Amino acid sequence: MMALDIAGLTVTIGGKEILRGVDLRLEPGRVHGLAGESGSGKTMTGLAVLGLLPHGARTSGTIRLGERDLLTLPPKELNRVRGGEVAMVFQDPATSLHPMLTIGKQLTEHMRHHLGLGKAEARAQAVELLTKVRIPGAEEAYRRFPHQFSGGMRQRIAIAIALACSPKVLIADEPTTALDVTVQAGVLRLLRGLCDELGLAVLLVTHDLGVMSAVADEVSVMKDGLVVESGPRGRVLREPAHAYTRSLLESLPEAEAR
Amino acid sequence: MSERGERTRDHVTLLSIDDLVVEHRSPGRPAVRAVAGASLEVAPGEVVGLVGESGCGKSTLARAVCGLNPITEGSITFEGRPVTPLGLRRRKLTGIQMVFQDPYTSLNPRRRAGDQIADGLRTARDTSTTPADLLERVGLPRDFAGRHPHEFSGGQRQRVAIARALAARPRLLIGDEPISALDASAQSQVARLMRDLAVDSGAGLLFISHDLSVVRVIADRIAVMYLGKIVEVGRTEEVWAEPRHPYTQALLKAIPRPDGMGVLPAELPGDVPDPANPPEGCRFHPRCPFVMDVCRVKEPDFGPVACWLHEPK
Repeated sequence: MMALDIAGLTVTIGGKEILRGVDLRLEPGRVHGLAGESGSGKTMTGLAVLGLLPHGARTSGTIRLGERDLLTLPPKELNRVRGGEVAMVFQDPATSLHPMLTIGKQLTEHMRHHLGLGKAEARAQAVELLTKVRIPGAEEAYRRFPHQFSGGMRQRIAIAIALACSPKVLIADEPTTALDVTVQAGVLRLLRGLCDELGLAVLLVTHDLGVMSAVADEVSVMKDGLVVESGPRGRVLREPAHAYTRSLLESLPEAEAR
Repeated sequence: MSERGERTRDHVTLLSIDDLVVEHRSPGRPAVRAVAGASLEVAPGEVVGLVGESGCGKSTLARAVCGLNPITEGSITFEGRPVTPLGLRRRKLTGIQMVFQDPYTSLNPRRRAGDQIADGLRTARDTSTTPADLLERVGLPRDFAGRHPHEFSGGQRQRVAIARALAARPRLLIGDEPISALDASAQSQVARLMRDLAVDSGAGLLFISHDLSVVRVIADRIAVMYLGKIVEVGRTEEVWAEPRHPYTQALLKAIPRPDGMGVLPAELPGDVPDPANPPEGCRFHPRCPFVMDVCRVKEPDFGPVACWLHEPK
């Protein structure tokens, strides 16, 4: 059973081909890692799934979620998918959360819209979610604002927001890049746990091969808008078949120190 | 330290930081001790890596060394003379140069790369070197001198910033997270370049980063900072192979290794405490897995490992 199937996806912005035929398959309960340098098209792939590409972007290929093709879905339908069945966690929790709304407001707004919940119900669920992502004192946290939390806590809250409508697919774009290693470890453990527990299909976009090795089941490596290598984590990272993957691994400080 | 010890030490140390305290004051709030009694030394030709989580005071320490932040207590001496805050016109401290974190904001967008490097050459009264020579030294084509910063990638910009810092012929180069804004593949290249250029010219390098795996490759010594204090200093190989402070151990365990084994890194519970209100006793005790009674009441203020488990006999 495939949760999300991207086939032959191309994206052209202003006459420049950003993605040149990307194929990716996400399965429930699995983390699919997408690696590559900046500018290789990792983020664009994630944004295309949610229909969040910049204005004037032209696409071809298919992104299948069940029976529907997300690329040709009318905006109203797409709005139902976005934040509902497919959710996203962004890189920088300092800018992806609204600074002037309470955590509670940000957690319940889309829940009430997508799931049609009442105020009290949504609140109860939000507090439960905050406990699930291990925010201490969930009841008080509900009333607080983003600036009152540390970076790691903010990213946990962003993950809680993404999970609020029980999505099938979670797109995490560099979710730990802005965090310290000690905090990153906690967020990675959380992501992996949620993926296993809720059967989420996760697309983890990251340039950090260490992060990739820790949580991803499958790894795809992108270069210049193409997936150059894809396979199980152990094989891609230990016996890379493509020269580019090898060069990525060799540029790591670990490789130099060895 | 005895007076004699101090005098002999002056021959070898380039930079010496003694019990440095730097406070940030803002109206209506208690003063925040960003650096709360840190001591560190850098010798000529030596590379010292300073690591720690964000908010631990690494950058404040670097800025104080450059004279960009006023010192509250303690002292910083560079070549035997105290470092004083920089004034608007007074620029005596050109022996210390800094490479900043974000090359997108540290270069002037309206001036050509060559002109910005020439500023450095003028400070050193160097008339024989041209900006193009310096660009060559940092591995960029000579004709880049005529270009503006927006024409470069992040890694190239950071190389220009390094060339600008080197142009002033510093005896001490400071890198404040100079690689964290760069691509993973450019990070170790730029870090190595900084090391090689500093060591070749006989200058000391204080390299600040939160990325231990990069620091490990280039530093001779590592200093680990936690909440304004340096908790462990040691030779890089020793710290890496046998970290002694529980915080250093946690930092090293949290690094995910790209070995394809799917091992989740170990988590350090809790958050960094508020520096305006640090915990009693050892600053690390609320998060320490080996906490003892003494840790809660008395601060371990000794080195090289500031931990009651490693008290010098």
